[in-house]
Amino acid sequence: MSETLAAAWLIARKDLSIEFRTKTAFFSAVTFALLGLVIFYYAWDPTAVAAIDLAPGVLWIIFTFSGLLGLNRSFGVEAADRAIDGLLASPISRESIFLGKALANLVFIGAVQLIAIPALAIFYNLPLGPVALPLLAIAFLAAIGLVAVGTLFSAMAVNTRLAELLLPMLALPFFVPIVMAAAQATSRLLSGRPVAEAGAWIKLLLAFDLVFVVACALAYPFTVED
Amino acid sequence: MTVTSARTEPHPRLLEVAGLGRVFGARPAVANVSFSLRGGECLALFGPNGAGKTTLLRVLAGLLKPSAGTARLSGILLPGGAPARSRVGLISHQTMLYEALSARENVAFAAGLHRIRDPRRVDAALERMSMLDRAETPIRSLSRGMQQRVSIARAMVHSPQLVLADEPYNGLDDSGARALTSLLRELRAAGTTVIVVTHNLAEGLALATHAAVMKAGTLVRFDEKPSLDIVTYSDIYRKAVASDV
Amino acid sequence: MKLSWLSSAALIAVAATVVRVAFFTPLELRQGAAQKIFYIHVPAAWVAFLAFGLVAVASAVFLWLRDPRLDRFAESSAEVGVVFTTVVLITGPIWAKPIWGTYWAWWDVRLVSTLFLWFIYVAYLVLRGAVDSPTLRARYSAVLGILGAFLIPFIHLSVYLFTTLHPQPIIGKASKPSLPAEMLWTFFLAFAAFTLLYVAFIVSRYRYAEERDAIASRPDLHA
Repeated sequence: MSETLAAAWLIARKDLSIEFRTKTAFFSAVTFALLGLVIFYYAWDPTAVAAIDLAPGVLWIIFTFSGLLGLNRSFGVEAADRAIDGLLASPISRESIFLGKALANLVFIGAVQLIAIPALAIFYNLPLGPVALPLLAIAFLAAIGLVAVGTLFSAMAVNTRLAELLLPMLALPFFVPIVMAAAQATSRLLSGRPVAEAGAWIKLLLAFDLVFVVACALAYPFTVED
Repeated sequence: MTVTSARTEPHPRLLEVAGLGRVFGARPAVANVSFSLRGGECLALFGPNGAGKTTLLRVLAGLLKPSAGTARLSGILLPGGAPARSRVGLISHQTMLYEALSARENVAFAAGLHRIRDPRRVDAALERMSMLDRAETPIRSLSRGMQQRVSIARAMVHSPQLVLADEPYNGLDDSGARALTSLLRELRAAGTTVIVVTHNLAEGLALATHAAVMKAGTLVRFDEKPSLDIVTYSDIYRKAVASDV
Repeated sequence: MKLSWLSSAALIAVAATVVRVAFFTPLELRQGAAQKIFYIHVPAAWVAFLAFGLVAVASAVFLWLRDPRLDRFAESSAEVGVVFTTVVLITGPIWAKPIWGTYWAWWDVRLVSTLFLWFIYVAYLVLRGAVDSPTLRARYSAVLGILGAFLIPFIHLSVYLFTTLHPQPIIGKASKPSLPAEMLWTFFLAFAAFTLLYVAFIVSRYRYAEERDAIASRPDLHA
């Protein structure tokens, strides 16, 4: 078990080193998120919809789509020069490849969120201070679900034609419960309701994470041709 | 060559392949391949494109499961999971490197996958392929030949017992080719078993103790030295691939 | 066109259902003639979900046994299932507009679940079309088939939560718990006919897949 974690950590570090070196995917995802915030604001009539009502939906929608940008590169880096063979021919377990990739994706998405959420607060004039902690918890849970499903599907999509189109097609139906739960919970928090009211949605997120982290981790070895 | 059943008597560095087959859907890529090699021996594997040589190597590397037959490495039945894969080094015409990282980072990563943390082994592997002075250069800035050298260093860093080299000379310049040949010779002297797939009869035979020809998934010839001089073998090869099944 | 006895039986059953629905089933009191589309809508939904359930089961068993016949069955069930799902999604709004006053109801758990079923089916079929290697295609589809089955309950739960926490003015209950005998019989007939139709479609679709795969694996038949 600790070997799996050690190998996963090695892979995660390697992925993050590569991303840190090139930074293209990260900057693309961040820019995309920020642009999204802007577009959504101007797409609505501000007299009809207050920014604070718009904010939760906007946040989690752009979080989903910018997440997809990061997920695409996850296995893309292994496809070039068949680096994936180097991983598969080594003694590490298949599970650790999935875990390592998922971990790197989690850090990636977390980093995008850390920029997007404050940006949202600034652009939409939201009082995030009092709800910062619960909001971070929701963001974390949502990111886990997104990464579990997204990592698995990006492993599959990279071996298909039109990988960039196929990944959203596969992943978005699965992202819907995450976005719904995260947005509804965020909305409760922002309107000053007690955290407990968002409780049902948070429990849904937790259940989703539990089911899909396990299911996707178990499914990954089946996607490796052998 | 007897096949031992007792796990208590591991064969030192011995590869035994018996009736090995691999199908993809309904298509047999490898069929009924049998041979064995001792430690220190080198097999040069020739054959036309599509003969199944790469598939055979991928099965021996643990990347593919056999559909039929068996292959044993030091008594471990392939694919033997981690214990088998830790004994194998795979070189292919794809470099399996990460472009954005440096030569050292790539080899160190490969070492880490084998749980080798000693940086001196990484240095030694790079040095052996004369890449130590370019160790910090990102792969994408290196020429194809140098990338191939780093790829070879990556495959050797864990001192494998079995080296599988799929057209390793591809892209190597003269000095790179010489470095590879001398490396493979050293490995053989140290008891490592080597299988080299190549289209270049001369290069393959220079290293080999055995030579084989694959055609349409089967081994149509398997020869030992001393019958392996280039002139006679060219003839043998031509006849082997020309014969109609 | 020559039809197998199965296909003939299925078509006769469907025809009989349509006739019974149109002429021999009484009108529902409050909903009138529009309610009759329900005899198509509900059985189609039953088949849509049955088909996907079978895709999921076949996928799971395929990953265990690796028998290509299971993959072929899953592929067939998915193609047939998507057709029935489309029927559900078309008949639903046709019924909903006169009865509920709106084409689409975001609070109707079953309708939204069916929509997501449709998304999963389409993703499944697109995935199959995008993978060249047959063995990889089978595995990937199987993984999606199983994960899709896990998704549907979550969609169900999400929409239910959404509805209970956002009470809507119209909560129309589609089917009554107790129906007069004639209507029940029509429903039973419709269920039976559609299930028979499903089986007939699967059989012929599976046969097509078998022949196609047999041809694909005979290199001598390629130009």
